[in-house]
Amino acid sequence: MYTASDLRKGLKVQIDGEPYIVTEFEFSKPGKGQALYRTKMRNMITGIQFTQTYRSNDKFDPANLEERTMQFLYGQGDEFHFMDTGNYEQITLTREQLGDNLNFLIDNMEVQVLFFGDRPIDISLPTFVVLEVTVADPWAKGDTSGSDTKPVTVQTGFQLQVPPYIELGEKIQIDTRTGEFIKRAKE
Amino acid sequence: MPELGLQGLKERSAFLTALRSFFLDRDYLEVDTPLRLPVLLPEAHIIPFASEGFWLHTSPELCMKRLLVRGCPRIFQICHCFRKEEKGRLHQEEFAMLEWYRTHADYGDLMRDCEALLAHLAEKLAELPGFKTPGRLSWQGHSLDLSPPWERLSVHEAFQRYAQVSPEEALERDQYEELLVERVEPHLGRERPTFLHDYPATLASLARKSPNNPDLAERFELYLCGLELANGFSELNDPAEQRTRFAAEIVAIESLGRQAAMPERFLEDLGRMPKAAGIALGLDRLFMLLAGFDDIRAAIPFPDEAL
Repeated sequence: MYTASDLRKGLKVQIDGEPYIVTEFEFSKPGKGQALYRTKMRNMITGIQFTQTYRSNDKFDPANLEERTMQFLYGQGDEFHFMDTGNYEQITLTREQLGDNLNFLIDNMEVQVLFFGDRPIDISLPTFVVLEVTVADPWAKGDTSGSDTKPVTVQTGFQLQVPPYIELGEKIQIDTRTGEFIKRAKE
Repeated sequence: MPELGLQGLKERSAFLTALRSFFLDRDYLEVDTPLRLPVLLPEAHIIPFASEGFWLHTSPELCMKRLLVRGCPRIFQICHCFRKEEKGRLHQEEFAMLEWYRTHADYGDLMRDCEALLAHLAEKLAELPGFKTPGRLSWQGHSLDLSPPWERLSVHEAFQRYAQVSPEEALERDQYEELLVERVEPHLGRERPTFLHDYPATLASLARKSPNNPDLAERFELYLCGLELANGFSELNDPAEQRTRFAAEIVAIESLGRQAAMPERFLEDLGRMPKAAGIALGLDRLFMLLAGFDDIRAAIPFPDEAL
């Protein structure tokens, strides 16, 4: 059980049977009055945000969340299938639930799937992934246009800026937090 | 969080020096009272730290008022205070406070002191980012006109204007603090500093009631850029009434599961305290504004995280 004085950015609590994450938090104490905890929370399932001011005696249940390592099997339409390689249990997440994660998700990738009770609600990707370049302009040696980067598309359809020497068919390492090119991946 | 480096420490030192010169120029005595007290002024919503049978003080108010009884007409103190569970962008459990007390004065005199104090700081500390535009206070996109008189807004007017409810009704609905923080405070000290004044008497356990309206207390808070900077009032010096109010405060403290005792020696002295007014100003918060920081932890030498 948490009390309002435990609230801080990133804390996950359960309200009315749903998991919420604190996205903004400010302690406030008007005059000689009682302490107030001004909080913005996001519903981890619907994404809906709300703001609420709590008092120090308000209490919260911790959200019943668990992460499990799973392998991405395949996507079909708006549904994406993952498997627990330990017990072969399969689960499905929707395109909407995965959001920007789809920019970096490829078959057989190992990810952390976040469960609220029995219900999968989100995934976290490895910080770095290796993806193949599927669309790129050829590198014109001696190019003097002065541009340090060029746009390429990787196998997931994601576009990013890379150094001009990266060629079609090469594998590159990308930071999934920022979507930025890190380096050419060694084969 | 960037730590306060040599430049910041020099600015903070100049800030402390300028504060002292303001009071010393006006014939105030600088006093230093104990940080550790056997009994505190009972205040329900301020939680003290225990210290080996004593308490760390939560403000120097108790001892400073007792010094007024010894004949000091004007005193000030710069000291650290301790309040448990107050942590955040604008709070540290240990923080620096400036308090000053004047006899034969009321809360209106303190408001004028605040106006003069900021003018003095602007003159002495013109190199600070907050004073980059002469005559104004600049902070995080705000720009306040510092020329007196500053805005004086009663709690009643402020609640009616910004929360569409009277403070009495807000108190009755147990929504006073939420409405103050969410609806009222964001509007205060936007064009110029604001004195929010004349609080419901129940919210000012140490302040004198207004002679014109016994439901109000002669208390004010100073707001700059929506932030509360100082709390001042005309002091209650009737020991019988003070005892009654403390008794109610002690009941409230006990209902919250804490203990408090009656400050008997304070009450003994209070009967001999002349008419007076006193104010507490959060130094770290003021320095944060003047030095251009948006977090109090950047404005002090050692925030908790750095220890």
